[in-house]
Amino acid sequence: MQATLRFFCMAGLLGLIALFPLIATDYYISLAIKIMIFSIFALSLQLLVGGTGLVSLGHAAFFGIAAYATTLLSPESGAGNLLWLLPVAMLCALAYALITGALALRTRGVYFIMVTLAFSQMAYYVFHDTDVGGGSDGIYLYFRPELRLGENVLLNIDSPYSFFLFTLGCLLLVWAFLAMLMRSRFGAALTGIRVNEQRMRSAGYSTFNYKLVAYGIAGALAGISGLLYAAKDGFVNPELLAWEQSGLVLLMVILGGSGRLWGAVLGAAGLTLLQEAFQSQALFGDWSAHWHLTFGLCIIALVALMPNGLIGIRAQWRNRRRAYAPLAVSRSEP
Amino acid sequence: MTDVLLSATNITRRFRGLTAIDQVSLSLARGTVHAVIGTNGAGKSTLVSVLAGELAPNEGSIFLHRQEVTSWPQPRRARAGLGRSYQRTTIFPTLTVHENCRIAAQANHQAFWNWATPASKCKASNEAADHAISLAGLESDSAQIAGLLSHGRKRQLEIAMSLATRPSVLLLDEPLAGMGSEETDRMLGLLASLKAEHAILLIEHDMDAVFRVADEITVMVNGRVIAHGEPQAIRDNPEVQTAYLGDGE
Repeated sequence: MQATLRFFCMAGLLGLIALFPLIATDYYISLAIKIMIFSIFALSLQLLVGGTGLVSLGHAAFFGIAAYATTLLSPESGAGNLLWLLPVAMLCALAYALITGALALRTRGVYFIMVTLAFSQMAYYVFHDTDVGGGSDGIYLYFRPELRLGENVLLNIDSPYSFFLFTLGCLLLVWAFLAMLMRSRFGAALTGIRVNEQRMRSAGYSTFNYKLVAYGIAGALAGISGLLYAAKDGFVNPELLAWEQSGLVLLMVILGGSGRLWGAVLGAAGLTLLQEAFQSQALFGDWSAHWHLTFGLCIIALVALMPNGLIGIRAQWRNRRRAYAPLAVSRSEP
Repeated sequence: MTDVLLSATNITRRFRGLTAIDQVSLSLARGTVHAVIGTNGAGKSTLVSVLAGELAPNEGSIFLHRQEVTSWPQPRRARAGLGRSYQRTTIFPTLTVHENCRIAAQANHQAFWNWATPASKCKASNEAADHAISLAGLESDSAQIAGLLSHGRKRQLEIAMSLATRPSVLLLDEPLAGMGSEETDRMLGLLASLKAEHAILLIEHDMDAVFRVADEITVMVNGRVIAHGEPQAIRDNPEVQTAYLGDGE
């Protein structure tokens, strides 16, 4: 009964989200698309951080590589075909993830963080210091890709509404895939590795292989968000691969709450909205020029007040009420 | 004729200048509990880690089911039938007892690319988990969250998780650590019931328990074996009395 109710609530919520572009201005549609793209990006990192216990500070590399692959492989005179562009962008990100993961996963803890950061910065400097992708100036994607089969256009994502729906569809597919993956035997093994890798090895799991496949999947999924980002802005530059971008998506996972898929989406939405709010001159006047400062202070406060992230607010509130309940009873007693 | 399942010959393991175990040989046969005793730092836990494949030996050979496994990594040895429990409890505290055992059992039923079927639907793993829970006497706690169990029950679960992989050899590192007398009795009963189907290596500090359950005892001091034999022979060995049990024993 509860599951049915939850299903209808989710379906209703999705219906409302799908109708959102009909009542919203272009600015808000673009903001919602940005949130969904970052949600996919954060979900891909959630598989590593919350699912496998691998804190990566180089996840932006996969995002940026896929964005560049989309832009570089799209024809200049017309729209690229999503039918091959999306798999190829994902494959590029997957390949970089498998190559770097095979080396990075031989380290642990803070060394793993440092090695992933180093690999990400290597990719950053390849695009920044060479002409591969227009150097530090970046390159433009003149036509948003479309889904074609032969000469027939099956899906055109040129309009804000169709692009919104396409991004929403991608987000739902990524979510469903990750939910299925984490419930499978593969996902159960990842959970075991996160909690106690030594135990899993002694049970008979070759944990390195599991972590490498998880790393590859996370890279490929980040590639989807990279493609969408390139399609949304029509412009890519090396900053997409920079460590700040990796830090930002890690912050989304931490702020939202690691270990749950919802956490990544909430974190992506929360952080993107906060960024937009602090940059708004209408809200903060001249202070908006110093938005990094207020944004940073806000993040510190949020992390301090919500150690389990946005996803943990309910449990935190419940625990607090439970802790104060006996006090309230004893006060009310004569 | 004894059915030797695991044997190690002339195992040496060094950590830089320190020789943790030095030319140690032993064999584990089905139907016996082989205890390894020794003072702290004698090299008992290092020996278990080398046998399990967590540490590579500098010298010597290890045979499992008469096949040399010295160069095999730990997961491969585990899948070949070598189970181990740890000195520190290594259960998954947020999962239920059944889920803990099922994760361990799934090591023998890995489906690397089957992402569509939920783990809970794996019939073979569920059966192996139920069997292990039953062997360990944890049926009443099957749905209990593991982190909420008593210390003794957690230690039982630790062994149940090893049993879930259906091993033929069990390496148990201090399974009685921190247990009260009632829990110790229960655990010794469990070990006695398991030895018919398994070869068991027991590392333990509780001498009363060791002499109650062990069929063979190896005594280690400073990484070397100073005595090996049946419990009564060990008890009567003057070198063991001096080095480990004390002159007054």
